[in-house]
Amino acid sequence: MAYTEEELKKELETKEYEYGFYTDIKSDTFPNGLNEEIVIAISKKKEEPEWMTLWRLEAFKIWKEMEEPEWANVHYTKPDFQAISYYSAPVKADPNKSLDDVDPELLEMYKKLGISVDEQKKLQNVAVDIVMDSVSVATTFKKTLAEKGIIFCSISEAIKEHPELVKKYLGSVVPQKDNFYAALNSAVFSDGSFCYIPKGVRCPMELSTYFRINQAGTGQFERTLVIADEDSYVSYLEGCTAPSRDENQLHAAVVELIALDDAEIKYSTVQNWFPGNKEGKGGVYNFVTKRGLCEKNAKISWTQVETGSAVTWKYPSCILKGDNSIGEFYSIAVTNNYQQADTGTKMIHLGKNTRSTIISKGISAGKSQNSYRGLVQISSRADNARNFSQCDSLLMGNECGAHTFPYIEVKNKTAQIEHEATTSKIGEDQIFYCNQRGIDTEKAIALIVNGFSKEVLNKLPMEFAVEAQKLLEISLEGSVG
Amino acid sequence: MLKIENLHASVEDKEILRGINLEVKAGEVHAIMGPNGSGKSTLASVIAGKEEFEVTEGSVQLEGEDLEETSPEERAHKGVFLSFQYPVEIPGVSVTNFMKTAINESRKARGLEDMPAKDMLKLIREKSEMLEIDRKFLSRSLNQGFSGGEKKRNEIFQMAMLEPKLAILDETDSGLDIDALRIVANGVNKLKSKDNAVIVITHYQRLLDYIVPDFVHVLHNGKIVKSGGKELALELEEKGYDWLKQETAV
Ligand SMILES: Nc1ncnc2c1ncn2[C@@H]1O[C@H](COP(=O)(O)OP(=O)(O)OP(=O)(O)O)[C@@H](O)[C@H]1O
Ligand SMILES: [Mg+2]
Repeated sequence: MAYTEEELKKELETKEYEYGFYTDIKSDTFPNGLNEEIVIAISKKKEEPEWMTLWRLEAFKIWKEMEEPEWANVHYTKPDFQAISYYSAPVKADPNKSLDDVDPELLEMYKKLGISVDEQKKLQNVAVDIVMDSVSVATTFKKTLAEKGIIFCSISEAIKEHPELVKKYLGSVVPQKDNFYAALNSAVFSDGSFCYIPKGVRCPMELSTYFRINQAGTGQFERTLVIADEDSYVSYLEGCTAPSRDENQLHAAVVELIALDDAEIKYSTVQNWFPGNKEGKGGVYNFVTKRGLCEKNAKISWTQVETGSAVTWKYPSCILKGDNSIGEFYSIAVTNNYQQADTGTKMIHLGKNTRSTIISKGISAGKSQNSYRGLVQISSRADNARNFSQCDSLLMGNECGAHTFPYIEVKNKTAQIEHEATTSKIGEDQIFYCNQRGIDTEKAIALIVNGFSKEVLNKLPMEFAVEAQKLLEISLEGSVG
Repeated sequence: MLKIENLHASVEDKEILRGINLEVKAGEVHAIMGPNGSGKSTLASVIAGKEEFEVTEGSVQLEGEDLEETSPEERAHKGVFLSFQYPVEIPGVSVTNFMKTAINESRKARGLEDMPAKDMLKLIREKSEMLEIDRKFLSRSLNQGFSGGEKKRNEIFQMAMLEPKLAILDETDSGLDIDALRIVANGVNKLKSKDNAVIVITHYQRLLDYIVPDFVHVLHNGKIVKSGGKELALELEEKGYDWLKQETAV
């Protein structure tokens, strides 16, 4: 029925956060505030070895001296770092329990999230490591993976069980001093996932982690470390949801990927943290540092579907250190109402014949602001480096914004760089055309948005592409056929 | 089937349709001709329910039911189909996916389940063969990069898939080469029955050699200024519109 721009806009506004419920599980929460004692307490609580405690303290020292960055095209009230509790663990959680013993309330929550562990078990193809409020509560398929020598566990467990790997690689791609939020994360990270694929092994299933912020006023600081040893392959999916709350929640994660010679890592993210209500109140601040390192002939692909968070600040990057290595970035970022997103990627070409591809699709509705910020850097040694970037923006209505900031730094004359950008608007004519064929406006929008995002959706593993489409529908209030 | 009475419609306070009366019965073919800018496409859009145009007076009835409060998609569900003069592009959405969505939405409106994939594929094969459409074409993005003629043929493919009660073809012949015109016209003829009706908007007699109209109407300045049988089209071809314009100016 409705199809004028005015009406279209109204329709988009009425979206509610589908996963906004609060599960009443008893939590063990630290007092608010951050100081050395808290850092030590976190480390102790997690029964960490001394080297880890020291590493955290070093990060804390660095963080204290740092200033919060201000250059992104986002505006928000800065979080009060002393008003946040830095640790919250569900008390009933016990990683040694079998799935059948898992707290029924937790299982209920997974069901609401549409990722019931039962279902995942049946699916037989996805191993899930769920991080809820900081502690890994259920890990499946460990055995199948172990047979191949694959390690997939919480980072806390890895610190205890595989210290040599953690010591060697933690902070090797994103050092403690990298940036304000990375330093903070290094000091206080509560949990996260760890994954190691041995030489020559192709991980037989998609590895998947779901993050979720549950407790009021808790910041979530996960730390993810994925190591693909020589000639191995892994596809990893990270999904996130957060219950809706009035106050802003902080999320500052660090993800490090290491692809050794001839290895390949595919890292896909579906992020739908609470974006705030339609007046722009509440929502998650998502400040994430994600970076991968490629050795010789290695390949890293980042694929992300971002529909949530009030403020997003995120640039999954690739350091193409080895010759012939490949970096890819495929992104869909949707913003609605008062959401602000400043995302993009950095492709750092160090090795010879390195190649990178960037496909970014921004969809803005309501009064939201959607920025793409990309850096392509070609070092003097990187002979014959190639980059292709394509940034497409789709606007709905007249009050939202799309911005593109491509930065290119080339220090080698043999580099080949291509950049394409388009901006389009969902037109009344397109909507009417769909209406005339019997497709209502909501469905028409979903169809058009899906078509616009197709190149990126196609990069997601099958089962998650379906889920991502569902998220696009929810965030733009529509449905897809 | 379709009854239009004293229809006035305007856009941005500019009156474009100024009192149209037209009745189309099941089994009939009507041709609407008339000079550029006379309001032919506007009439088609108003019948299809485009809200950009405001109906200020008069009514459009489909099978006895006033359509004033009926949304474009509901009209489509009731069997109204418009072959657009300028079909729009939808990047990334394949012809097949678009048709699948359209058909299932119409079925949903009628309380039916989604069409089983097998039936859908069969229907697609049948209709694309009838219109001699290459299967590869169906996986391309809707209308994106289609030639003028391909767009028009694709409109008729959609019509064939949806099997409407009332089809309005707005200059479907323009852009079609001689062979394509024959194929498309044959397609339309095959879909014709005593239960449905077709309105063809065209500038050329040529199409009407294939799709033979029962009535021909001439639209000028938002009004039907002359109606007649199929011979009227021949007369127009020969004489142009001037004599009619003069007649109505008097
Ligand atoms: N959205 C609009 N805003 C302003 N004027 C419009 C609009 N749509 C149509 N018109 C005007 O209405 C008149 C009729 O247009 P319409 O497209 O119905 O003509 P037509 O008979 O289909 O012409 P043609 O043979 O060239 O296709 C034209 O003068 C056109 O400029
Ligand atoms: Mg016209």
